[in-house]
Amino acid sequence: MIDRQQLQRREFLRLGVVAGAGALAAACGWDGGELVRPGLWSISRVNDWVGEKILYSPTRLARTYDARERSASLPSYFISRTMPMLGDPAAWRLRVDGLVAQPLELSLDDLMRMPRVSYTVKHHCVEGWSAIASWHGVPVSAIVERCRPAKTARYIHFVSFDADYSNGWDMASALHPQTILAYGMNDNPLPAAHGAPLRLYSPTKLGYKMTKYLVSMTFMDARPGGYWEDQGYPWLGGI
Amino acid sequence: MTASPAPIVRRHHWIVRLTHWATAIVLAGLIASGLQIYEAYTRFGNRGGPYFVSPFDGAQFPHWSRLGGWLAGALNWHFALAWPLVLFGLLYLGYLVRSGEWRALLFRPRDVPGAVEMAKYYLHLRREHPPQGKHNPLQKLAYTSVIALGVLAVLTGFAVYKPTQLAWLTALFGGFQAARYWHFWIVWIFVGFTIVHVILVFVVDPASLRAMLTGAYRGRFPSHD
Repeated sequence: MIDRQQLQRREFLRLGVVAGAGALAAACGWDGGELVRPGLWSISRVNDWVGEKILYSPTRLARTYDARERSASLPSYFISRTMPMLGDPAAWRLRVDGLVAQPLELSLDDLMRMPRVSYTVKHHCVEGWSAIASWHGVPVSAIVERCRPAKTARYIHFVSFDADYSNGWDMASALHPQTILAYGMNDNPLPAAHGAPLRLYSPTKLGYKMTKYLVSMTFMDARPGGYWEDQGYPWLGGI
Repeated sequence: MTASPAPIVRRHHWIVRLTHWATAIVLAGLIASGLQIYEAYTRFGNRGGPYFVSPFDGAQFPHWSRLGGWLAGALNWHFALAWPLVLFGLLYLGYLVRSGEWRALLFRPRDVPGAVEMAKYYLHLRREHPPQGKHNPLQKLAYTSVIALGVLAVLTGFAVYKPTQLAWLTALFGGFQAARYWHFWIVWIFVGFTIVHVILVFVVDPASLRAMLTGAYRGRFPSHD
């Protein structure tokens, strides 16, 4: 208890240092500590709100590029120890559940028979890099049409089989015409490195919001967390 | 210089003093968190190139100069401090317009001859400090430029923040990576400005420091524009 108080006092002193101009540099490498971090996260929620309500258009399309403009490479990653792979790809299904009138279990063939969208767009990573690549798949809006979510469903939780990686999405971004469940990249089937058999893709979000190795999408009335989001990355990740 | 004590002049309105120091603090935090953010991708250009020419390719800035600890922490600092910068900036610009003080600050074509004289003085090509009002023409040029730079910092920031929603703005700066590039360079111009600014305050007119704190000026250049 005393230790904790001392710790808090130390944090408070650190805050005082930040308040003093010029001495701010002394707070180097500091993510806010127990005292300030919650405040920073609250402001991040305000920024999410601004990004969702003010700086978002449900109809504005991201710029598309010619296939010849594709970047030489597009880095990818997973959080598991080894690359997530399905033991039996034929048995894979996308589960659509939660606050929906019609829960669904969709195979890759089912998804490929649905409307198809393809585009070449710029990928923006939160780290600051970008790369151009082509994607094709079924729009999330087409899934929404089939599962008919309840009016109370305001979010979708996209879950992967890459350890506990997942993302929570606002409904408006999910319904954007360029938000797709991609089963193809650069005219080929989606490679394992990029989330095979199915990944979320949208040029309206940063890369970390686009869940790879999808297994389910659950419609919810409460805001779902996510792998990076729970560690402090902006929840909305809208660009 | 006259022997009689310099008169006291009311110089800086409280809005000017508040926004000056608040911007200094906020900007320090924005730059420090920005250097931490930069570390995540230390190049300018799409993956695979081509890349913009930059002397800071692959650079990691010293620990003391970075704020946030890691990318997420730095982003949260950066996006939290960005709004106060906009707010103080608008408050300051609003004051300049309402008070009419922009006239004493804005560098205009007619200031060019005066600016040349000031430059001569600094280069020791002229012995006497040219007479001046609240700000000399070089100060006007510097302050006009730094305000424009602040506006550019905010605009390039938005261009990097929302390259899809504000695609027109991002395109205006030459695209996402170009906007990042300019956003980054603005930092070094700010840093350079600040160094020269502080040196000149202490070397040429130390009384101006007190004026920026208390509002009252008692120094070498008491006249008003």
